[in-house]
Amino acid sequence: MNKIPTAEKFATIALFVGIVFFAFGTFWQAVAPYLSLKDIPVKSMEKIAEDIPAEFYMLASDYPEEFKKYLGEPGKASFIAALETGKKVYIAEACWHCHSQYVRPVSKEEERYGKVSYPSEYANAMQLPQLLGTRRVGPDLIRESGVHSNDWHIAHFQNPPSVTPGSVMPSYGWLFDKDGRPNKKGLSLVAYMQWLGSWAKPPVYELSQR
Amino acid sequence: MAEEKNSIVNYALVKFHIGFSMLYLIIVMLGGLLYALQFIGLYPFPNIEFLSPGRIRMLHTNGAVYGFIINGFMAGLYWAVPRMTGYRVWNEKYVGWFLAIALQVAVLATAGGLLLGFAQAIEWGETPIFIDPAIVAWLFVALGQFIVPIYKYAKDKPLYAANWYITAGLIWIIMVYIMGNYVPQFFIPGVAGAAVTGTWIHDAVGLYVTPIGWGLMYYFVPILLKKPIWSHSLSLLGFWGLAFFYPLQGVHHYLWSPIPMYAQYAAVLSTVVLELAVITVIVNFLMTLRGNAEAMRTSIPVRWMFVGTINYAITCLQCAFHVLLTTQKVIHFTDWVVGHAHLIMYGTFGFWIMGFFSYLWPKMKKAEAYSRSLDEWAFWLVVLGQATMWVDLISAGLMQGFNWWGLSPFIDSVNFSIPFWAVRAVSGLAMAAGVILFTYNMYMTGRKQPVSSLRAQTTGGAA
Repeated sequence: MNKIPTAEKFATIALFVGIVFFAFGTFWQAVAPYLSLKDIPVKSMEKIAEDIPAEFYMLASDYPEEFKKYLGEPGKASFIAALETGKKVYIAEACWHCHSQYVRPVSKEEERYGKVSYPSEYANAMQLPQLLGTRRVGPDLIRESGVHSNDWHIAHFQNPPSVTPGSVMPSYGWLFDKDGRPNKKGLSLVAYMQWLGSWAKPPVYELSQR
Repeated sequence: MAEEKNSIVNYALVKFHIGFSMLYLIIVMLGGLLYALQFIGLYPFPNIEFLSPGRIRMLHTNGAVYGFIINGFMAGLYWAVPRMTGYRVWNEKYVGWFLAIALQVAVLATAGGLLLGFAQAIEWGETPIFIDPAIVAWLFVALGQFIVPIYKYAKDKPLYAANWYITAGLIWIIMVYIMGNYVPQFFIPGVAGAAVTGTWIHDAVGLYVTPIGWGLMYYFVPILLKKPIWSHSLSLLGFWGLAFFYPLQGVHHYLWSPIPMYAQYAAVLSTVVLELAVITVIVNFLMTLRGNAEAMRTSIPVRWMFVGTINYAITCLQCAFHVLLTTQKVIHFTDWVVGHAHLIMYGTFGFWIMGFFSYLWPKMKKAEAYSRSLDEWAFWLVVLGQATMWVDLISAGLMQGFNWWGLSPFIDSVNFSIPFWAVRAVSGLAMAAGVILFTYNMYMTGRKQPVSSLRAQTTGGAA
């Protein structure tokens, strides 16, 4: 009765396998990447708001009444509020289940989307939790800033096929008030889209050469 | 009823979990079907906030795991653990019913939270942040519930491999859940957070669903075939392989991402090597079945188990192939992965769960299944639907991947996918119809008068 091999004892299985192997795997897959990347300073929302993309100011002039009503004056405070609300909407509507947020160095993705993703661009409060994504029903969004105009985004959220014929993306009517003008969620989501990748835009001269 | 009273298994708890499991399975399949309709322009509730396709998608995946699979596993564990160990679970009257009801409350609260827009951006863990602590507490209690009989038995006797898997799975899931749902949410942003999330995504499948599923398979298959498992050593080898290699592969969900390459290489390598552990399960199953192949014709439960195992072999070979960095260039981000996920979560573990349900339910009700032909219809609709969906989605995935690589406009990959997505919706409809027939058959079996004279036949299950 007492001849159970050590490897088959309950305590061995529960502790060694349950915890030691798990710790080993987790070290490789989670702790070590964390240690490798921990020296990259993590940007707070305040820090992010030091670089407000031009599209945000354009949004304030494109929809002046709504912008004033829902976000106030364009500036640091309103930009932070817009990004936070925009991210909330992006998560709640499961946008991240159909749009990824990283450009891979393969499959000519650099040509399609832009600069290949690098770790420091994710070290900020907007990537808590991270939104890299695992599926692309629609295109990647990490280089979205400036690719489309604010109006394009507004029309797109209202009725995607109106600007992208053939799109299978659903309409998001609740981002708009009764007159079809964007509400706080709508404006914020556009601000979020226009922020994504605003830090990695090619210089204007290069853009004109495309 | 005397048998039920004398049994160390609490029949009421098993029945309760089976019932809710099937209920959620129907709901999540209809949810998946709804979501599929969006892709072919037939979504019946456009522009309604609380029925937005994105939210329905999260309902589909989370309902499948927390509603269908966990309930199914609870039913299986309440049956198998006492019978393997000879001891009752920790406490049925309070802990058992507390767990049973708390699980349904958590599932319904999650469903409500997702539809109301409180999702958490952690894949497979979209349960709203405020429900997470309750789930962690639930997992601790569930560990206690089943560890007590296993521990009592293990004090002086060697454990059957199924109990190893179950013990390990119940312990792992707690650590995995806490890590996956809290660390990337509150502590580690960005790329390192993605590594943690990947580890969670994979471990939820690999360190909970897989070990518990294997454990139950190792219990039910020998029972169904009335013979011992072919090789005990092989089952132990599989166990150590699973335990060592599975926690190492989380990052393979984010290959070619900015996560450090050593983590990606480790993930790829361990994923390929893990197939050896999976093969032990498949070989063990097939060798146990050897000589009893007739059971596949006569016994519906054996047939579910068999198809589940074959799907497992396919899906794992597929995994070893598509995890390679070269293959990833094409198939990552595409429907290929969706097809793969359905084959493993539903085609394997779902089929195994339905397999032991179709054995347990008539046995507990002391009646033969209400209708054999309904069972056959359900089986073939689900299996063919699943197979069609798999072939369809991996083909769609290849098409999408090569389209992107070829730099054709993005919308091309959408336009060209429409026929594939139409086939997916039809195959999903077949699967949902099959599951509804399966459940209706169970319901009618439950309504039949218990026939004690049939007991002799149904005890074996393979009647």
